Amino acid sequence: MRVLAAMSGGVDSAVAAARAVEAGHDVTGVHLALARNPQTYRTGARGCCTLEDSRDARRAADVLGIPFYVWDMADRFHDDVVDDFVAEYAAGRTPNPCLRCNEKIKFAAVLDRAVALGFDAVVTGHHARLGPDGLLRRSVDAAKDQSYVLAVLTRAQLDRSVFPLGDSTKAEVRAEAARRGLAVADKPDSHDICFIADGDTRGFLAERLGEAPGQVVDALTGAVVGNHSGAYQYTVGQRRGLHLDRPAPDGRPRYVLSITPTTNTVTVGPAEALEVSAVRAVRPVWTGGPRPDGPVECEVQLRAHGDVVPAAVSVDADGLHAALRRPLRGVAAGQAIVAYRPDPAGDVVLGSATITT
Amino acid sequence: MAYLDHAATTPMLDEALEAYVATAREVGNASSLHAAGRRARRRVEESRERVAAALGARPSEVIFTGGGTESDNLAVKGIFWARHDARPERVRVVSSAVEHHAVLDAVDWLVGHEGAEAGWLPVDATGRLDPERLRAELTEHGGRVAVVTSMWANNEVGTVQPVAGLAAVAAEHGVPFHTDAIQAVGQVPVDFAASGVSALTVTGHKLGGPAGVGALLLARDVAAVPLLHGGGQERDVRSGTLDTAGIVAFAVAVEAAVKGQQEYAARVAALRDELVERVRRAVPEVVFNGDPADRLPGNAHFSFPGCEGDALLLLLDAQGIACSTGSACSAGVAQPSHVLLAMGADDDRARSSLRFTLGHTSSGADVDTLIAALPAAVERARRAAALRTPR
Repeated sequence: MRVLAAMSGGVDSAVAAARAVEAGHDVTGVHLALARNPQTYRTGARGCCTLEDSRDARRAADVLGIPFYVWDMADRFHDDVVDDFVAEYAAGRTPNPCLRCNEKIKFAAVLDRAVALGFDAVVTGHHARLGPDGLLRRSVDAAKDQSYVLAVLTRAQLDRSVFPLGDSTKAEVRAEAARRGLAVADKPDSHDICFIADGDTRGFLAERLGEAPGQVVDALTGAVVGNHSGAYQYTVGQRRGLHLDRPAPDGRPRYVLSITPTTNTVTVGPAEALEVSAVRAVRPVWTGGPRPDGPVECEVQLRAHGDVVPAAVSVDADGLHAALRRPLRGVAAGQAIVAYRPDPAGDVVLGSATITT
Repeated sequence: MAYLDHAATTPMLDEALEAYVATAREVGNASSLHAAGRRARRRVEESRERVAAALGARPSEVIFTGGGTESDNLAVKGIFWARHDARPERVRVVSSAVEHHAVLDAVDWLVGHEGAEAGWLPVDATGRLDPERLRAELTEHGGRVAVVTSMWANNEVGTVQPVAGLAAVAAEHGVPFHTDAIQAVGQVPVDFAASGVSALTVTGHKLGGPAGVGALLLARDVAAVPLLHGGGQERDVRSGTLDTAGIVAFAVAVEAAVKGQQEYAARVAALRDELVERVRRAVPEVVFNGDPADRLPGNAHFSFPGCEGDALLLLLDAQGIACSTGSACSAGVAQPSHVLLAMGADDDRARSSLRFTLGHTSSGADVDTLIAALPAAVERARRAAALRTPR
């Protein structure tokens, strides 16, 4: 195949590209320039977007002996990921920008351009398995598994994707990078949101959404228990940083239960009030087989690296409904619900959707 | 493999490479007093004389440098500083809108850090700077102008500037005139004295010499404040141990390029014309950029409507064809060419352009390879460009 390897400058995408070369594909490396004003050097735990990352990616491509180009996706990224991130918080939801980037940039804008230019598929360094059966599965490295942020991909997108790392642990990937002479072998892992340079998400949002003072209300008593400077600074399930004026009457800790943008209210309550047994979600995709007619017994995950619980999931063209067999806390609108079918060869992604309630 | 990017760099001539290797085997610092040093100095001075003779300059006017960017910076900043030091009211640097970044950014730096002001002169649709534009500029600002700089020939679209005419206008106003002749030497006749310029940049690797060595020809009556301070080599204008082997190879290449210029230009221009004609037949809607007649013999520059230059470059690269979008890169991200924009092209046309440049190793087979791959590449690039969200 003629494949396009997306190379961030990190160790995973470099090894993924190397494996694609070794598998006999005709590989071209592309670094996506996502920042409108890239910084010169990497700081903190961001995984991309500086000129240093771009040079690291180029160096890896040179070692592999593959062509390398930089594609300017900064405007698309800004519109589809950064603006979306801010708008979601403003609407009282908790977005996952990595998921959105996969959905809109890597496996959409980049993939479409690649296909138009004659490539057959896009190769990335995501930790997930995608075998000849076309099923997306969790990585063998549970701690690094990224199937959650890939579950949003449609059948058509998966059919043109290659994930060479799913059968390896991160440690194996690093060792292989060192063996192959890739200088990025010991580059630190990235954790933070790549477009928030200093890791201060609240500050980033405050800069864009401004101060919007409002009230913090206790769900049980209806009493105003504090004030906030912007509801977007809270996420469902949050306990720390609530700055309540007085303790709850029952003396127990309070958590954010919900955010109501229309009244700019943050509602708090005791832990058990966080428990959710029924989840509704929109914009479903179902790639683990034909879309089922009735409820499917499976497992669901409701946030990146979150707990997995058994559930009965029903899906139709408009939405997805999950009846959780065990209640979960901290279910936030805007996050994805991903349904998995347990499988000894790697849990299979059945489908996903965006949580509304 | 079809190498159609000779304006980026061109293969070293055999005689230059041999001269380089032979000289690099010899020990000797041209500033040393002993026999080894004298031998190195002799090689350097013979090279200086050869370069001077080939380019119509006096040996004392040849300052060896580390290449084109250094020569441009030395001329623009050095002459600005010297002229500004002599008369503080001289703060203006006059240049064209289509200069190479080595000049463009040097001028911008003077504006940003040294209190200079820039007079950017517009060009016509072919990229040509009209001497009357310069006359108007100098008539208005003459006494405040420290230096005028305009390239001899444009590196992107290949348009040759009326350098003698521009230099004459500058001379009328008593303002030193620098020209970046990096693309011109060996391609078109270049004579330092006859052209009337005060300073001229030339570099090795565009004419069959090594990269990292070049010269600034600087008229004896023009002062330049050095960029590099140290041992006082090169008239005290450019300190640093001389790269004897590089200089020798550079001189061999300059001499050969100038000596063979006419024959070279006739052969390469004929091949270029064939390339242009066949590209036009293969892609009828193509737009040919630059001056149709007054241009570098090896340069063919096109806009491919509905395509992005970088997509075309990727597709042609995959077919073993090396060409250039000719645009500046930061982190490899293509910006629309300032040259095309200055010629009145819109953003889309600027982004859709591609430069093919021929050189001394080019043959009809290179053109055949390009023409065989081009139509399919254009079609694919069009499909990719159609995906762009309208903004």
